[in-house]
Amino acid sequence: MQILQQLINGLSLGSIYALLALGYTMVYGIIKLINFAHGDVYMLGAFWGYYMINQFHVGFWTALIVSMIFCAIVGVVIEFLAYRPLRNSPRIVVLITAIGVSFLLENGMSYLFSSSPRDFPQAMQMVRYHFWGISISNIQILILVTSIVLMILLQLIIKRTRMGKAMRAVSVDPEAAKLIGINVNHTISFTFALGSALAGAAGVMIGLYYNSIDPLMGMTPGIKAFVAAVLGGIGLIPGAALGGFVIGIVETIVQALGFSAFRDAAVYAILIIILIIRPAGILGKVTREKV
Amino acid sequence: MAVLLDVKDLTKNFGGLAAVSDVNLHLDDNELVALIGPNGAGKTTLFNLMTGQTPPSEGSISLRTNEGMQVLNGKKPYHIADMGLARTFQNIRLFKELSVLDNVLISMTSKNKENFFGSLIRTPNFYKTEARLRKEALDLLEIFEMQDLADTLASNMPYGAQRRLEIIRALATKPKILFLDEPAAGMNPEETAALTATIRQIQKDFGITVLLIEHDMSLVMNVAERIYVLQYGKLLAEGTPKEIQSNQAVIDAYLGGGV
Amino acid sequence: MKKNLKFNAIWLLIAIAGWILINVLEGVGIIDQFAENTLVLIGINIILATGLNLIIGFSGQFSLGHAGFMALGAYAAALVTQAIPTPGGFVIGMVAGMILAGVVALIIGMPTLRLKGDYLAIATMGAAEIIRIIIVNLKITNGPAGLYGLPQLANWSLVYVLVVVTTIFTVNFIHSRNGRAVMSVREDEIAAESMGINTTKFKVAAFVFGGMTAAIGGALHASYIQTIAPNDFGIMQSINILIIVVMGGIGSITGTFAAAILLGILDMVMQSFGALRMVLYSLALILIMIFRPKGLFGTWEFSVKRLFNRKKKAKEGA
Repeated sequence: MQILQQLINGLSLGSIYALLALGYTMVYGIIKLINFAHGDVYMLGAFWGYYMINQFHVGFWTALIVSMIFCAIVGVVIEFLAYRPLRNSPRIVVLITAIGVSFLLENGMSYLFSSSPRDFPQAMQMVRYHFWGISISNIQILILVTSIVLMILLQLIIKRTRMGKAMRAVSVDPEAAKLIGINVNHTISFTFALGSALAGAAGVMIGLYYNSIDPLMGMTPGIKAFVAAVLGGIGLIPGAALGGFVIGIVETIVQALGFSAFRDAAVYAILIIILIIRPAGILGKVTREKV
Repeated sequence: MAVLLDVKDLTKNFGGLAAVSDVNLHLDDNELVALIGPNGAGKTTLFNLMTGQTPPSEGSISLRTNEGMQVLNGKKPYHIADMGLARTFQNIRLFKELSVLDNVLISMTSKNKENFFGSLIRTPNFYKTEARLRKEALDLLEIFEMQDLADTLASNMPYGAQRRLEIIRALATKPKILFLDEPAAGMNPEETAALTATIRQIQKDFGITVLLIEHDMSLVMNVAERIYVLQYGKLLAEGTPKEIQSNQAVIDAYLGGGV
Repeated sequence: MKKNLKFNAIWLLIAIAGWILINVLEGVGIIDQFAENTLVLIGINIILATGLNLIIGFSGQFSLGHAGFMALGAYAAALVTQAIPTPGGFVIGMVAGMILAGVVALIIGMPTLRLKGDYLAIATMGAAEIIRIIIVNLKITNGPAGLYGLPQLANWSLVYVLVVVTTIFTVNFIHSRNGRAVMSVREDEIAAESMGINTTKFKVAAFVFGGMTAAIGGALHASYIQTIAPNDFGIMQSINILIIVVMGGIGSITGTFAAAILLGILDMVMQSFGALRMVLYSLALILIMIFRPKGLFGTWEFSVKRLFNRKKKAKEGA
């Protein structure tokens, strides 16, 4: 039963990583950029939700949706101002710019709203259910279900809509996509909007789960979510989801075994081992360079 | 004529597809051999197998060395290159952002190894070796009339010169066998004629064996002493240019008649 | 041969002149304690970034774990100088750190350098984090609190000398046969292998060399600042070193110097801005990248030799 309990804890934490990892993987798939600022968009989502609930006294679901819209706009603006001018620059330059944006959001928020953590309002009463010796809270269920619904929605958008098709086309070959009349810039903006909205949702939910938010809260989950995306096979939507869950579960299990100090080390060790065995991640296909 | 490179029952499967199957061929000393065949016949795969880029599924490749015949299967490409098999690439793979001279000098590294600590401090020996290699490289460039381009970036040269540099770079490894993968691709008739002369000259001056993949039949019939024809990964025919020109199976394959 | 000697002598003179200049400025009082701190910081950053530039700019391997090797150097030097608080102790500690970093780089590099691009970046980042977490959990390193009250055995002169020495070694390496082989790996791995270059060996060599120089930077950091904690060597530190490399120009050692100096001065000037400092810093970073995406110097290098040849040509022309 202990294992099942950890599995449930791991899954709810993992679904947050998975939501974040989806944003990383989509952006990476389309412009081959590790969007370092993604974790900070998640932080902005949490803060926006905080203000919505505290100032406007909206309910949790309204806060969640408004935060998602807000983050989508932030993502599009970041892409437009910082990444679009560098479309033809070496990738490492765009990466450094992304790091700059990340610094700016973290330090800007610390400067404007102080860097000390604040309590996230309890927009929902926590209830714990006990059955078969397992304890699960309504918030855990909410996180898990919301995440899965969002992932299914994302999958539908990507597989069924015109914009989704355009996204897939651009990620395979931007030049060819342009030739068949796809507006590459719009498609990239749309990708950022989708990914950032998911990050916003993750931010609000983690605020509710942990009760605490601060301007630097996006750093570590951001990096872990990227690790999750790489672990699953970067650029692959199912890979990101899988990677997120794997990392969430590994973390909780290592913690439950009493090695909480080595929680992060275990995540990185697993990452390195998997990359050595499968250099393109769990679901990734190794493409051999043609000679 | 002793056999220099001996390929026995070589097979390569990609998934269920046999890109090369049961190929037997040999290269002798100081020979100019051509490998022809329709697109997708497995010519480049065969090159990759022989130079170690792709591991074979079955069969063996062996090279005559001072210690007798040695099997090349399972050896790394750099090791095989060091043993005397050099190649060029169909889609030009120069060290683009380095100078022409550096491109040539890099090929000389494996025969002129340097201690790692030796490369941190400048000993008189360093300058001496460096000067010697530089001269060797410039001499090699001079043979192909490229000495004036020594300091140019490889990527800044015209297409034909880039192809020529690929050949020079391969020669700088002091090979026993030179593999040329479609050296005339994308060249106009004059350039092809110049290339034909170059290939002849290489074989004469360097006394090495050349194996050539080429689609340009005039070039092949002009320079090759022997020709192997590959189709669907299998060896279809072998012979002198004259024999190949009158071989019914080859004619059918090229005209698409014998299906 | 004589010519080479001449150029080397000129470089040596430049280095000595720089040292004398800083000494004089300090004597006259233009460089105060605060400015000296900045100088030392710049020097350490040059050492760290030059090593990383060798890995990223010359061997073409994207490493995001430089701070891990820096940590090994810092802790080795700190622990040895705690036991032997003499300049000799510092040398022993620094060399021990270099050897340790070299061995660890070898162990990390052998398997991970088969990975490409961003996969390698994230694997090296993970490896560096593992090093940091191990340091956090060890007793001898005093856990998350770190080590403090270390004897100050490094001064700016030592930093200056080590900047000169590591730069000479790195530049010599780049312009040797081995260095050319390293660059061929960056240009085209498949072609390099076909020309007899053992690509794995050269990738690992550059990685180990870079790791060892990072340990020098770490040792100086520990011995000058006199306090170290595991958090000084996190992902942010790796990123800070990466920023210097990219801002200066990937593949330009001259650029690394320029960027380290520029960022050091920027940091000093902005001290007075307080909390706004980091906001301005990140804005500057974004703007520099957007308007100078190739870095300050691209791949351009300052060269005494070229300077002389140009002068000669000008004379001949006149």
